Amino acid sequence: MTFIGNKSDLRVVGTRPVRPDGVDKVTGRAVYGADATMPGQIIGKVLRSPHPHAKIISIDTSKAEKLPGVKGVITSADIPNIPSEEAFVGEGPMNFRDLSLNCMARDKVLYEGHVVAAVAAINDAVADAALKLIDVKYEILPHVIDVEEAMAPGAPILHDNLFTAGVTPKPTTASNVAKQVRFTIGDVEAGFAQADVIVEQTYTTAPVHQAYIEPHACVAAIAADGQVLITASSQGHFMIRAYTAKLLGIEIANIRVTNAEIGGGFGGKTVVYLEPLAVALSKKSGRPVKMTMTREDVFRGTGPTSGGTIWVKVGATKDGKITAAQTVIKLQAGAFPGSPINPALMCAFAMYDLANVDTLGYDVVSNRPKVAAYRAPGAPISSFAAESAIDDLARKLGMDPIDLRLKNAAKQGSKTVYGVTHGVIGYEEVLNAAKAHPHWTAPLGKNQGRGVATGFWFNIGGESTGGVFINEDGTASVVTGSPDIGGSRASMAMMAAEVLGIPYEKVRAVIPDTASIGFTHVTGGSRVTYATGMAVTQAAQAVVEDLKKRAAMIWDISPEAVEWKDGEAVPAGANAGGFDPLPLAAIALKAAKTGGPIGSEISVNAQGAGPGFGAHICDIEVDPETGHSTILRYTAVQDVGRAIHPSYVEGQIQGGAVQGIGWALNEEYIYNKKGHMDNAGFLDYRIPVASDLPMIEAVLVEVPNTRHPFGVRGVGEVPIVPPMAAVRNAIRGAIDLEMFHLPMSPPRIRAAVDAAKAPKAAE
Amino acid sequence: MPTVVISGSSCRDFTHGESEFEVAATTFRQLIRELEQRFPGLGEHVEEYMAIAIDGVIYQDAYHAPLKPNSEIVLIPKIGAG
Repeated sequence: MTFIGNKSDLRVVGTRPVRPDGVDKVTGRAVYGADATMPGQIIGKVLRSPHPHAKIISIDTSKAEKLPGVKGVITSADIPNIPSEEAFVGEGPMNFRDLSLNCMARDKVLYEGHVVAAVAAINDAVADAALKLIDVKYEILPHVIDVEEAMAPGAPILHDNLFTAGVTPKPTTASNVAKQVRFTIGDVEAGFAQADVIVEQTYTTAPVHQAYIEPHACVAAIAADGQVLITASSQGHFMIRAYTAKLLGIEIANIRVTNAEIGGGFGGKTVVYLEPLAVALSKKSGRPVKMTMTREDVFRGTGPTSGGTIWVKVGATKDGKITAAQTVIKLQAGAFPGSPINPALMCAFAMYDLANVDTLGYDVVSNRPKVAAYRAPGAPISSFAAESAIDDLARKLGMDPIDLRLKNAAKQGSKTVYGVTHGVIGYEEVLNAAKAHPHWTAPLGKNQGRGVATGFWFNIGGESTGGVFINEDGTASVVTGSPDIGGSRASMAMMAAEVLGIPYEKVRAVIPDTASIGFTHVTGGSRVTYATGMAVTQAAQAVVEDLKKRAAMIWDISPEAVEWKDGEAVPAGANAGGFDPLPLAAIALKAAKTGGPIGSEISVNAQGAGPGFGAHICDIEVDPETGHSTILRYTAVQDVGRAIHPSYVEGQIQGGAVQGIGWALNEEYIYNKKGHMDNAGFLDYRIPVASDLPMIEAVLVEVPNTRHPFGVRGVGEVPIVPPMAAVRNAIRGAIDLEMFHLPMSPPRIRAAVDAAKAPKAAE
Repeated sequence: MPTVVISGSSCRDFTHGESEFEVAATTFRQLIRELEQRFPGLGEHVEEYMAIAIDGVIYQDAYHAPLKPNSEIVLIPKIGAG
């Protein structure tokens, strides 16, 4: 893929045109999952377990089925009992049997909120009444939620057939530890022996939800001939198709999924909960079925990210050279295995050029909803601990925390703990930009502190399809298989406009259904502008070659004698002939005569996505009386490769930073002794709102990844990695208080303030 | 011949603890077949769950990824999407 992104040559890429979906979204015209309808549709609702861990003894649906207005009731008996099979489909490796059981329990419920049955009825009221008539007999089992308690001997075991992988000899006793993983380079013992200063600490993070504003919703219908139609919002309509096909045993060609607008996903909508159930209910009832979650459903029944315990040890010589780094991480996976333990281990110290690193991790099940991906899965958790430890190391050494990071910064040629040597990266550039920013040296007042932290994410490429088609009037349509969750329609149109040489306003990007465009992997992994952008750019380039051939035909000269410049065909030189430039619109007018429709659709499996690095500076004021923290100023610096549309890149950075701040200061699942979530709503699960925070200043550093035609690096995930440590380090600076457990909510800060005062009080 | 390193501990059960191998393969596809022959089950595991990093460039699901004798070749867990 040839790099064509020299900044001085670009006319569209790098500008800030209005987003194509803006008017629809601010006027209410946009169709989200809950807005979608099908003629004759009825309402589907689920019955959720009130118990965090129980055997299902029996389910009697007879009374519900007899209720007037009820058109169908399903249990696991209506869902194929598929065998265990793993594949890498949506967010990451997925066991299809686990996914099926997560959508609807079969013999056992594994968390409060686990679905046990579903009904389809003529309206909400009848559906609610029917759910109350379903009689489920449970044998309640002891439950376990906390990761350390789940690992302890004697803990209630969730799965009798789960044995810890990665342990030799192979265990014969079932465990809640699904796997143990280790990455090591060098010799940490020798490294620590060289250190003059060592910091060692244990941190905990709470599980948090992706907290998308839009709950899951879909409408689905299966016809008598087995053809399935689904409309849903998601991060991947091809993912919905694949999972629904697998879970229900339907051939993929018989399922067509239309993508609705999405109100946030952040990784949490790379998996299915409702769609297979809606199709099963449609089959039972003979009607289209619409299902929407409430906010409470979302909290009780969909995947948060893991909570975890992280032990970190870092050693350095007195001049600030880190000699060894070590971590042990235990992550909750929820009801089924699959926490992001690998990336947590791989990312913890990826920002540093270290010879001796040892990372050990555990994937642990417990009686909570199965985790789902959340922006850079695993990395924010491990980086919270690692970056807090680095800050503590800087304090002990008496060094500026950015200087300490610069002294040990990963650069081209640095080897990571997972054995890969970094190529061209922008970490030093990011650190230098942070250090040079006026925020870093702005004055602070009483009870105000400043923290810095950095982060890394790999970014991925993957399968994408993009098409560029020239319309009869010379405008262009861009079609891709990537749901737009962050402004990608604008970026796709901009890249196409740049290559075609026409104004952005003449290009319209849309996302057709799964039958109308080639396969495309999920919108996630910070991959769309990279991989789908690559497909769109290649398609636009193919169109340009075709346009040149058409111009040659019109002029009756050789195609080699035609060049494309600023949206027009021009003769390649004086010998080609004295023709006036031929605009794209003029060529389009003669498309039929010169060979037919002008367009190209390209599918790629994009490789070589470049990693991203970020550095965040946080100023905070802490009221020691109330424990309340106010973010005063926040600057997020990130290497973005090339910002196709800077506003949407800034938006991704701001959004990630805000989510990390919420994770740091307030968000957590609060469980009572019965294993029920006590704060299953936004009133008590407190995410930041606009009035809580100042404007997040996003600083874009551009070190292009030349494997992409415009130099793009993925940007969406890196910005959630640094904030927790940046906030924690700022609190330390504000009131000289070390915090080790998230969230650092007012009660926790108050308790820490009191604990810090206690010995003085005794004196 | 290219040398391949398997990162992390996830494959140790297949390889009896070994993590570095000289291989005759010149593509990722050939590597998978060679590993499957040497350590039954490993090739399948690598194909499904591992990416390959060649001189720092990560390839996922890419049979064609070229293995050269002097390259740094590392098998790492596949990266997911969030």
